[in-house]
Amino acid sequence: MTTASENSKKGGFLAGTANYLDERVGVAGILKTFGRKVFPDHWSFMLGEVALYSFLVLLLSGTFLTFFFQPAMTPVIYDGIYGPLKGAHMSVAYASTIDISFEVRGGLLMRQVHHWSALLFVAAAGLHMLRVFFTGAFRKPREINWIVGFALFVLGMAGGFTGYSLPDDLLSGNGLRIIDGMIKGVPVIGTWISSLLFGGEFPGDGIVARLYSLHIMLIPALILVFIAIHLFMVVIHKHTHYSGAGKRDDNVVGYPLAPVYVAKAGGFFFIVFGVIMLVAATFTINPVWNYGGYDPSPVSAGTQPDWYIGFLDGALRLTPSHLEVMLGNYTLSLNVLIPMIVGVLFLVVVALYPFLEAWVTGDKREHHVLDRPRNAPTRTAIGAAGVVFYAVLWAGAATDLIATNFKMSLNQVLLSLQIALIVLPIAAYIVTKRLALSLQRKDREIVLHGRESGRIVRLPHGEYVEVHEEIDEYTRYKLVDFVNYQPILARPNARGKITIRGRIRASMSSWFFEDRVTPVTPAELKAAHSDTKELH
Amino acid sequence: MSDKKNGLVKPEDAEFDYSAGLAKVDADKFADPGIEPHRVRMTDKSVKHEKAAARQVAGLFLFSIASSIFAIWAYFGIKVYSFDLNSIRSNVLFLGLGIAFGMLGIGIGAVHWAKTLMPDAEVSEARHQTRGSEETRAAAIEVINLANEESGFSRRKLIRRSLYGALALFPIPGLVIFRDLGPNPGDSLKHTMWAPGLKLMRDPSGTPIKATDVQVGTVFHVIPEGLAELGQSEATYDEMIAQKSKAAVLLVRVDPAILMEAPERKDWSYQGIVAYSKICTHVGCPVALYEQQTHHLLCPCHQSTFDLADACKVIFGPASRPLPQLPITVDKDGYLIARSDFTEPVGPSFWDRKA
Repeated sequence: MTTASENSKKGGFLAGTANYLDERVGVAGILKTFGRKVFPDHWSFMLGEVALYSFLVLLLSGTFLTFFFQPAMTPVIYDGIYGPLKGAHMSVAYASTIDISFEVRGGLLMRQVHHWSALLFVAAAGLHMLRVFFTGAFRKPREINWIVGFALFVLGMAGGFTGYSLPDDLLSGNGLRIIDGMIKGVPVIGTWISSLLFGGEFPGDGIVARLYSLHIMLIPALILVFIAIHLFMVVIHKHTHYSGAGKRDDNVVGYPLAPVYVAKAGGFFFIVFGVIMLVAATFTINPVWNYGGYDPSPVSAGTQPDWYIGFLDGALRLTPSHLEVMLGNYTLSLNVLIPMIVGVLFLVVVALYPFLEAWVTGDKREHHVLDRPRNAPTRTAIGAAGVVFYAVLWAGAATDLIATNFKMSLNQVLLSLQIALIVLPIAAYIVTKRLALSLQRKDREIVLHGRESGRIVRLPHGEYVEVHEEIDEYTRYKLVDFVNYQPILARPNARGKITIRGRIRASMSSWFFEDRVTPVTPAELKAAHSDTKELH
Repeated sequence: MSDKKNGLVKPEDAEFDYSAGLAKVDADKFADPGIEPHRVRMTDKSVKHEKAAARQVAGLFLFSIASSIFAIWAYFGIKVYSFDLNSIRSNVLFLGLGIAFGMLGIGIGAVHWAKTLMPDAEVSEARHQTRGSEETRAAAIEVINLANEESGFSRRKLIRRSLYGALALFPIPGLVIFRDLGPNPGDSLKHTMWAPGLKLMRDPSGTPIKATDVQVGTVFHVIPEGLAELGQSEATYDEMIAQKSKAAVLLVRVDPAILMEAPERKDWSYQGIVAYSKICTHVGCPVALYEQQTHHLLCPCHQSTFDLADACKVIFGPASRPLPQLPITVDKDGYLIARSDFTEPVGPSFWDRKA
């Protein structure tokens, strides 16, 4: 009989290393616990991975950029290799950005990698949130992790915006000017915040350096901490899995970490990095040398923020004219406050939704099996309404481009979007809810009467019927395994009173669950089989 | 009682803690048939396919090696020449493609390996309730109680309350030290560089404008006299940018017949030449677009539109206030000069702009 340490002696370098590490950091215990941990497999689980990996790409490319970028607004006269800007007055920050692009080999590539992966990070995080929302993965015990993920999404936007402003070019300077204008619109303390942020009057000489320390230190550190918490909680809860045969709340079905997920997730990191690199090598992004350094007087038409700021810019644009009001001698800039409040309120609702739904259902059980979106029609409809609301705000940031590209009147595009912002989310809600219920009914139909086979049979008396094929038990289980909630009536409490809280909860519960399709029960299936004379 | 106080649910409440709420838990339910049987892949049953897959994986890794070498060659081999942006483009393109395929080769190879050659039968692992077992929870409560007892946290009110006070106050110096981030805004937002007699200068050249140079329908981007000089010196460059952020002006000549001027502003224009602040009253973008036919000014950022002929009132978009007008006249040599500073703060609204 050989012991582990004897094995390691003759096992060569790898076993030697493993033995070395085990005796110092106890790696054997870690491997024993985590090495064969099971992860469920689904393409939609990769969205969060994309966000994680693009963050790693951001760290790597960002570190490269810090070696060459100089975050100072000290004025210089450009004397680099880019002809059109020779002799122009500009800030050191802008000049060093041009130098990174044209005089550091691979510098432009790294700038583009950094910018593309920032766009991808926020996009992937957003899509991951949508996946979690529509599958109900935020339910107990994952509500806190939803908040952590939400914080990561907001931090991603903050990181993006602070980075966007660093090159001190005309485009980002105007972006900062808009932020300054919004800050000044905050009642009472607006001008103070602006003065503290910019170190005096806009734009001052310090904003780039200040945003830089936020961008390369505070924000990435916070993102790292939140990612650590996020992943730690995934380990605690173990990953959710989609409903289906063998998938229960008390198990996790999938493939082991080693070797399958080491290869898949490790490989996927390289794929994400590779795709970002491919895009960065072939598509220009933010060609700052075209814009010139910041100057408060000019602006180019068709200016656009990075995509994830679009919904806020759209909110600014869609606000109607003349909303400013006077409170005595003081000015309340509702035209700036309303869009800020709408944007923030939207994010707050997103952050708090899990708690709202948990209160309505009163379901205190742990949920590890994901909902198919159709099996939670009201939630899915709310989600669709939210997506459409965000999308209209987002389109609002491009009113001018929509108008010029499609040769329409700018005024009418804006007016249509103002109407759409109210009407389309409601329409999306209704349509999505009906679609989800119809899909549920289709599922019932398939379970009860089988799948349409496409085979038409003529019966002896001349009637034509389509043969329905019974589905196998695994497919059936996927179609019938979902939670069936029932609305409640407001009931008097121990003191015989119906509380307002109780009333609200009762009306919320009927809003959520009045229209519902229940899963097929074995009895119903049996009845369906004996009732009909179907051909199989 | 003490359990509730610690925020934990007593064991007898455990059932309540896991109530199904509105969920209807049906006894008549389809039984879980268990994990679907493994579907055999081609690589599981055919040695030929297995070998082919192994060759593909190795091939992808070899492709990655070749691409990485190509990337190193591209970095050193494609020379970047000054004044030749094409050489920069080639460097970026081929270096990037080399690195990209180096990564994609590894990534796609590893995933292909996992999908074709590693076991793909799903396995199940037990999952436990997140909350600790009753013993664990009891032990945890015991720890808290013990810590409480040993420290006297609940018992010693004076210590506890003075600690709360200290904890509430200690972050405040940490906030106060940020005071010097910027000065008191004061009334800096209410004034610009414009002053009586200052010439209107072309932006950015800094040359004066004769009234006779301004044709009907032409637009001049204007800065105050002395601003361009500030920009020449590195010491005052930031000052120039800050002043320009407030003082930028658009100068247009329109047919005096269409100009609707308030009586008190009759002498603010000169023979149909009007000057308005270029800084949007919405959030401060430069209102840089002038449409000659309609005499409208448009802000390209959020499309606020102002009617130049009608005192720059807002006719569309999110802005609320007209653009402030700069009173102008001409000096004895016929050059356009300001009669005074703006009579109201320019740019975005702020709380005490009128106070």
